[in-house]
Amino acid sequence: MKTSLSWLREFVELPAGLTAEQLDEALTNLGMEVESIVDQAATVKGDLVVGRVLTIEELTGFKKPIRFTTVDVGNAEPQEIVCGARNFAEGDLVAVILPGGELPGGFKIGARKTYGKNSNGMICSAAELGLSGDHDGIIVLGEGAAKPGDDARPVVGLADVLVEVEITPDRGYEMSLRGLARELSYAFDAAYTDPAARPSKGGTAEPPYEVKLEDTVGCDRFSARVVRGIDPHAPSPVWMQQRLVAAGIRTISLPVDITNYLMLELGQPMHVFDLNRLDGGLIVRRARPGEKLTTLDGVARVLDAEDMVICDDTGPISLAAVMGGETSEWQPETVDVLLEAAHWDPVMVGRTARRHKLFSEAAKRWERGVDPQLTLVALERAVEILTEHAGGTVDERVLDLDHVVAPATITLDPALPARRIGLAYDTAQVETLLGRVGCQVKGAGPLEVTPPSWRPDLLAPIDLVEEVARLGGYNDIPSLLPPARGGSGFTAPQRRRRTVGRAMAENGYVEVLSYPFVAPAAADQLGYPADDPRRSAVRLTNPLSEQEPLLRTSLLPPLLGTLKRNLGRGKRDVALFEMGTVFLPTLAQTAPPAMGVDRRPTDAEWAAANEIVPFQPWHLAVALAGEIEPAGWWGAGRAASWADAVEAVRIALSAAGVADERISVAAAELAPWHPGRCAAISVDGTVVGHAGELHPAVVSAFELPKRTSVAELDLDALPLPPVTQAPAISSFPPALIDVALIVDASVPAADVSAVLATGAGELLESVSLFDLYESEQLGEGKKSLAYKLTFRAADRTLTTEETLAARDAAVAAVSSRFGATLRGA
Amino acid sequence: MSYRNDPYDPKQAALLDPAALESAVDEARKAFDAASDLDELAALKSAHLGDRSPVSLARREIGSLPPAAKSDAGKRVNLARQSVQGAYDSRLEELEIERAARVLVEERVDVTLPWDRRPRGARHPLTTLMEHMGDLFAGMGYDIVEGPELELEWANFDALNIGPDNAVRGSMDTFYVDLPGLVMRTHTSPGQVRSMLTRQPPIYVVSPGRAYRSDELDATHSPVFHQIEGLVVDEGITMAHLRGTLDHFAKAMFGADARTRWRPHYFPFTEPSAEFDVWFAQHRDGPRWVEWGGCGMVNPKVLVAAGIDPERYSGFAFGMGVERTLMFRNGVSDMRDMVEGDVRFTANFGMEV
Repeated sequence: MKTSLSWLREFVELPAGLTAEQLDEALTNLGMEVESIVDQAATVKGDLVVGRVLTIEELTGFKKPIRFTTVDVGNAEPQEIVCGARNFAEGDLVAVILPGGELPGGFKIGARKTYGKNSNGMICSAAELGLSGDHDGIIVLGEGAAKPGDDARPVVGLADVLVEVEITPDRGYEMSLRGLARELSYAFDAAYTDPAARPSKGGTAEPPYEVKLEDTVGCDRFSARVVRGIDPHAPSPVWMQQRLVAAGIRTISLPVDITNYLMLELGQPMHVFDLNRLDGGLIVRRARPGEKLTTLDGVARVLDAEDMVICDDTGPISLAAVMGGETSEWQPETVDVLLEAAHWDPVMVGRTARRHKLFSEAAKRWERGVDPQLTLVALERAVEILTEHAGGTVDERVLDLDHVVAPATITLDPALPARRIGLAYDTAQVETLLGRVGCQVKGAGPLEVTPPSWRPDLLAPIDLVEEVARLGGYNDIPSLLPPARGGSGFTAPQRRRRTVGRAMAENGYVEVLSYPFVAPAAADQLGYPADDPRRSAVRLTNPLSEQEPLLRTSLLPPLLGTLKRNLGRGKRDVALFEMGTVFLPTLAQTAPPAMGVDRRPTDAEWAAANEIVPFQPWHLAVALAGEIEPAGWWGAGRAASWADAVEAVRIALSAAGVADERISVAAAELAPWHPGRCAAISVDGTVVGHAGELHPAVVSAFELPKRTSVAELDLDALPLPPVTQAPAISSFPPALIDVALIVDASVPAADVSAVLATGAGELLESVSLFDLYESEQLGEGKKSLAYKLTFRAADRTLTTEETLAARDAAVAAVSSRFGATLRGA
Repeated sequence: MSYRNDPYDPKQAALLDPAALESAVDEARKAFDAASDLDELAALKSAHLGDRSPVSLARREIGSLPPAAKSDAGKRVNLARQSVQGAYDSRLEELEIERAARVLVEERVDVTLPWDRRPRGARHPLTTLMEHMGDLFAGMGYDIVEGPELELEWANFDALNIGPDNAVRGSMDTFYVDLPGLVMRTHTSPGQVRSMLTRQPPIYVVSPGRAYRSDELDATHSPVFHQIEGLVVDEGITMAHLRGTLDHFAKAMFGADARTRWRPHYFPFTEPSAEFDVWFAQHRDGPRWVEWGGCGMVNPKVLVAAGIDPERYSGFAFGMGVERTLMFRNGVSDMRDMVEGDVRFTANFGMEV
């Protein structure tokens, strides 16, 4: 909503010395967002004066016609000014900016020589002064408007303060001078004049034109008046044009300008029909599905059964409340007009505007709510202004089809505002504040509050509480902490994510938060088999990029994109991790049960609704490229490999409180990993993640460095850490024995370790692999695994015999299971 | 056995002569003191303390003495031997101290050499900031709750009094998917709806997390962003409690001089509603009010949809953007820096924000 301060002052007696800051603060505290407050007088600096053109000399021989003029600007000597415009004559009054002045945009005016003449200043056009740029040429002022030498600002409309505010969607009444002035009257405790509080002619038994209202839900009021024989060429008065321009509305013609002017002033959108282009009586009804109408913008529209239309015998002639039709609209030669002011259903208008993508100034007001009691006063004003400036004869008959339901009375406990706001408002204060917004308040115990017709947003006691709080002042509300009620803070899974995230960062990984959007081609690039469940992804119906409409089923595709971006920016060694949710659609594609808002959904409804919500577990993923340990003065670096990816999962599991003995690692073949370098990691026998080197084809498809390694872990699949039991610490010495075992190269080291541990029995404290090698001496297809076994008893120092017996048992177990032989035995 | 009565023959016991013993002690001390390192000292040890050393030989001569003289001579030899041993020990200690000091000098290294063998990782500042915010509310007795990012339309809109005709439900603002009744949540409030459906008042919860709106990525907008929203439902809750909570949160986040300023606003899910600014003294362009978030008293319609009696209970709700907070608090000038995952941006923050 844009308007000018001078217009506001017509309806509210604002303080004389009101500053922009005061106005800004008042509007802000009333709940409007101030977009701008511009003092127009300050936009043109220096002397902007009225001048009278004395002589005009046409200069020829230049690319374009140029005029050399002398202008009386109130000084003894006329001012010599060169001008490129031609729309003025000797004797005209014009606006002149003198040397030393400055136009909007920082354009400084000086005395200069141009086209062989001296030019001392400039004759200004509207565009140059920062006013509307609709008209070509310089501004020619009306005779008698002022005398040469006068300040030209008030004459050209540059003496005002322009105010632009954003109105919240619940307060349609603020989208008018009437409403804004009323609001400002609260802030400054200033006298207010309601522009709608004036007499108007009521509906007559006989209408000026036949209108049938068929749908009183879509339109609960339809009023109209007729004026015949107006001068179609009568221009809009300058003051009206200036106010429309200040509001950002183009001037079109007197009848149309009047409707726009009154929409701004009162908040009542109106429409002008050419009476002679109407074919028979009007019918106001819902459109029939598929009905067509060509609107004023030249677009042929197919109508919906919810749209309201105004029809004559030819069919729809206007898309009600949103835009008129081509066939009935006012024309430049129109002499007989039908002025319509109606009241439309805000929900209908909102839907129609969105459906047809027509967001007009009128639609904005309808959606937010328009006072239904304005139609007659708006018509009265329109008829007055029209006949005053364009003559014509007013038809004495007035159409007013009124089905408006009066606002319902709200029963308000006078203590409720204090109870919700936390500030002691007594009944008298509540009554006063509600009275100021136009409510009628009766009763004492519970108050019977009838909201004014312009406040369709006031429906429930809490709506009234809000008005009390707002006018009472939000910033007077005290600051008080509620008593603590005892909470439990973060949940166990939340704590686990935090611990895992810290562990990853502490181990050199940098966290990223990628968008979860994925290209359909990613599934192929990752080498997913045709029946891979990860191919089944939820699709956005309105993605930002048509390239990436899917929601990730794995963290890896977006993470690889982030990896690539870092490599593209010159980073060579990158270790990334990401924690986020993946989106795994359920097989059911049914809609959730319809759940209202007038009660809680039943447990059954809520459960059924959640059935269809895709499973969205939290995953952890890492991606590694380049060196994980850089070269330095200490020596060579170490390239990141499959092993680091596996280790990353172990780090995460450890941080998540999963004990080592519950974790098992096995070789796996799963896209997108290298089939020989992929580990499946299980907890308690359930696979929870995979890690290893990316398949070379995936590396190539994503254009990543060779040997890029990744891991992905389903965090939500992990068991929550149990209460950790304290270990028994033996104070007796350990016995250490090394064993080197020769096994087939295909036997997994993890399995050998596990069997050794089982075979060694309970004296075994730990087993660790310290050497791995293959050689010709060992033979083809064999490898040597060297383990350090640590034995210890809780209650005694182990004897050599006991230790050796346990070692032998361990070796025997491995021998019988894998055919392992002791090296050197 | 006749020799027992032999007269004492001093010639047979020359080494027991007190002067001789004294001289042996002197020589040993001089020799030890002259030793310049532990090896030299060790080499000297047998000459002065070994079997053939003067004091050892003197001890053997004691047997040749008449019984009356034996005790006296024995004492002298012992004293001499103790003196030699003492001289040796003290020199040994000196030399060991010297050697230890020398080793320390020799082992000196350049401690300024870098040892960044494993590059440091970092957590994303948005994650850290959300956790920090969560911690502050945990300290005020709140639970930290969450919900799915792909959410029921009912929980994201209807239950929050955002009716079917509200413009924010249009595809210009909201991401829809090819499954009926679901949207990418446009705020973290549905997490609070879930809290109200699954627990009874008193409810004190905050829901940090990701939300989605169909805005193109630019310097100040991202289609994927983070919020933290709070909800309290209890008996006797007023706007004063809301203000107290926000003021306390602001102080905890930004320092003792932080405070909030409210501007009346409209949200479907709260009434009365406000947008609030925070006084941020550390702003890089000077102290100022900064727009921070929205808040208000929970609309009774929202309580009804969640099955909570609006006559008995009232509540407040608030929310702020985590990106926005990071932008002004930490001087991030471009939204894209928080989105693109450039490790140079994130590594700068390390483990804290």
